[in-house]
Amino acid sequence: MNSIPLSIISRLLFPLQLTLSIILLFRGHNLPGGGFIGGLLAASAFALVGFANGSARMKTFLLFAPSVWIGTGMLLALLAGLMPVLMGEAFFKGLWHYGIIPTIVAGDVKPGTPMLFDIGVYLLVVGIASHLVLLFESKGGD
Amino acid sequence: MSNLLAFPIVIPFFCAALNILVKNGIFRRVLAVVGTAATLAVSIALLTAVEASGVVVLNAGGWAAPFGIVLVADRLTALMVAISACVGFCSAIFSLGDVGSAANRAGFYTFFHILLGGVYGAFLSGDLFNIFVWFEVMLVSSFVLISSGGSKAQIGGGMKYVTLNFISSGLFLTGIGLLYGKAGTLNLADLALKLASPADRETMLPAAMLIFTAFGIKAGLFPLYSWLPASYHNPLPTVSAVFAGLLTKVGVYALIRIFTLVFPLEGTRMADLLLILSLLTMLFGVFGAATQMDARRILSFHIISQIGYMTAGLAMGGLGGLLSSIFYTIHHIAVKTNLFFVAGILEHTSGSGVIGRIGGYWKTRPLFSFLFIVPAFSLAGLPPLSGFWAKLLVLKSALSLGFAVTAVIALFVGVYTLFSMIKIWNEAFLKAPPTGDHPTRRIPLVFFIPVMLLATLTLFFSLIPQGLLSFAEAAAAQLINPTEYINAVLFLSR
Amino acid sequence: MEIWTVLLIGVLFGVSFYFLLSRNLVRVLLGLLLFGQGVNLLIFTSAGLTTGHAPILDGSGNTPQPVADPLPQALILTAIVIGLGMIGFSLALFRKAREQAGAVDLDQLKED
Repeated sequence: MNSIPLSIISRLLFPLQLTLSIILLFRGHNLPGGGFIGGLLAASAFALVGFANGSARMKTFLLFAPSVWIGTGMLLALLAGLMPVLMGEAFFKGLWHYGIIPTIVAGDVKPGTPMLFDIGVYLLVVGIASHLVLLFESKGGD
Repeated sequence: MSNLLAFPIVIPFFCAALNILVKNGIFRRVLAVVGTAATLAVSIALLTAVEASGVVVLNAGGWAAPFGIVLVADRLTALMVAISACVGFCSAIFSLGDVGSAANRAGFYTFFHILLGGVYGAFLSGDLFNIFVWFEVMLVSSFVLISSGGSKAQIGGGMKYVTLNFISSGLFLTGIGLLYGKAGTLNLADLALKLASPADRETMLPAAMLIFTAFGIKAGLFPLYSWLPASYHNPLPTVSAVFAGLLTKVGVYALIRIFTLVFPLEGTRMADLLLILSLLTMLFGVFGAATQMDARRILSFHIISQIGYMTAGLAMGGLGGLLSSIFYTIHHIAVKTNLFFVAGILEHTSGSGVIGRIGGYWKTRPLFSFLFIVPAFSLAGLPPLSGFWAKLLVLKSALSLGFAVTAVIALFVGVYTLFSMIKIWNEAFLKAPPTGDHPTRRIPLVFFIPVMLLATLTLFFSLIPQGLLSFAEAAAAQLINPTEYINAVLFLSR
Repeated sequence: MEIWTVLLIGVLFGVSFYFLLSRNLVRVLLGLLLFGQGVNLLIFTSAGLTTGHAPILDGSGNTPQPVADPLPQALILTAIVIGLGMIGFSLALFRKAREQAGAVDLDQLKED
């Protein structure tokens, strides 16, 4: 597929989709959103680039191989579960830092292990969804 | 609260994540052995913790049951986790020689770890929905393991496996939905309280039947076992050994858990149904095996027939019935995994699993042949091996409760199993190889160690059965009187 | 309202079982997909259909009544995610089957 309008639009939309996905990620603890849906949106941004410009371009946009995204996400999510264990609390107990990080795109963010878990899920979903897209894009083989 | 319960799940997932990140083949192999060894250590700690302080509960996230997710370990759970960790460790060693570098690159170990994590998760879950989630984790990774490699037969077998298990999950979820609509909870302990009266349980019979069917498919009960022999003989020997040891037994465990705690079978029509299905499962399993000539296929059909013994114990009920069911399951996991290892070694050293085409191992490999005899005759139930004690327990409770037909069929199936094992023995070990040249290829140490370990475990269960017997009896007592479980989950853990 | 969702569940189940009985792999896949949707709708319906508010405290610490039960939605969300993974994997497997056997018929995947 080689369509110039789609190619231009995909690259215009890419930063917008990615920003929106990060907003969704950080508002997710108390409002609709979260790591899963944010990750899907980000993956769809990458996938759109892939559909419009080929999977080689999609890989450069991803910066790292999908496996790196997946592995890092899993480790972060596990870390969110294990941090309370190190502090003597129950597995996956939410630990919050008293303070907020003001960000431009996502408003005030409360740092804590549930946030870390959501970030892990986000990375994991981006990795898996883009891996799937790359897999079905490639011709033959697995 | 005990965070110990989280580690059998955390360790495999941690290993899986590292596997995805680090591409080095040697690192992955070392990690597989180290990770499974760590899980084994944790599972033994869990065993002693349960022995010392009764039912152990972890409220994940600090949210108390029935609202939060709970991990629970009573004696049965701890026992199952420990024996599964043994199987995990042994198959990690076996995989060192069995899994080639291509399969390693394709991510074999990632899914191996996730599969084990799913198995432990299913054992430890304290609510119905999480059992479903862990079942799916286990299934998705087993789908990948069973169909990777990608020969035509493997894909055909994988397809049956996927479709039937998908349907079984759907039925399970339907049952969960109906149960939630009526009881408003999915926590097992809470369900046991909410459905305490037989009249309430009667209204939930459709949900119970759906869950029963779903677990029946996963355990390989008659008449829905056809996916098992269609798929178990194709993948890598390590994969089929783990599957043979663990996957169907997770179904059996789930049956035991749900149908003692939430829907006690004692004196219901479902008990009769389960008993009849168990007997048919035993019979159809051994008859299926009689016509097969491929070692792993014969063994696959024997998994089915042995599942019948385990569920027959559950169906007969009472302390004796449940004890026999638990003892049988533990003995079977060690023995069956070992037999699949042996079949894998046969295929590796002589290039074929069809027992007519190979032979002569007794002459050139006597120690290896002896290591086949231990699990094979234990499976058939020859004294003094562990299978004899297991079958004796089933017979004892059948006779004491007046199930004469069950006793007769159990004996008959035992004899038939012996016939199958002798068939493998005669063909693959005793007779001269049809090609004339005896198998002389060395059996690598990484194949020998796991077979030796599991054979030692079987001999331990055989010669000193008191340890396992008393532990299993206490586990059965906990199942019959679930007050301790319910109190630990709902009241003591806050 | 319930009667319509129940009828819809029935239709979904019926269609999915019809597809599952087919030998054609694409139909089997469609059957599995519809089966999953039917089950999700069943959980949703059996937990009770309400036109309630989200069970979240408002600014003054009260929950507006009536409240919808959030748990079935969480269950369905999880089931949907799992279903997505399953369908993704089945698609890959079915494509591989087609490449191997050159057909989408289950009978052609038998061992030789």
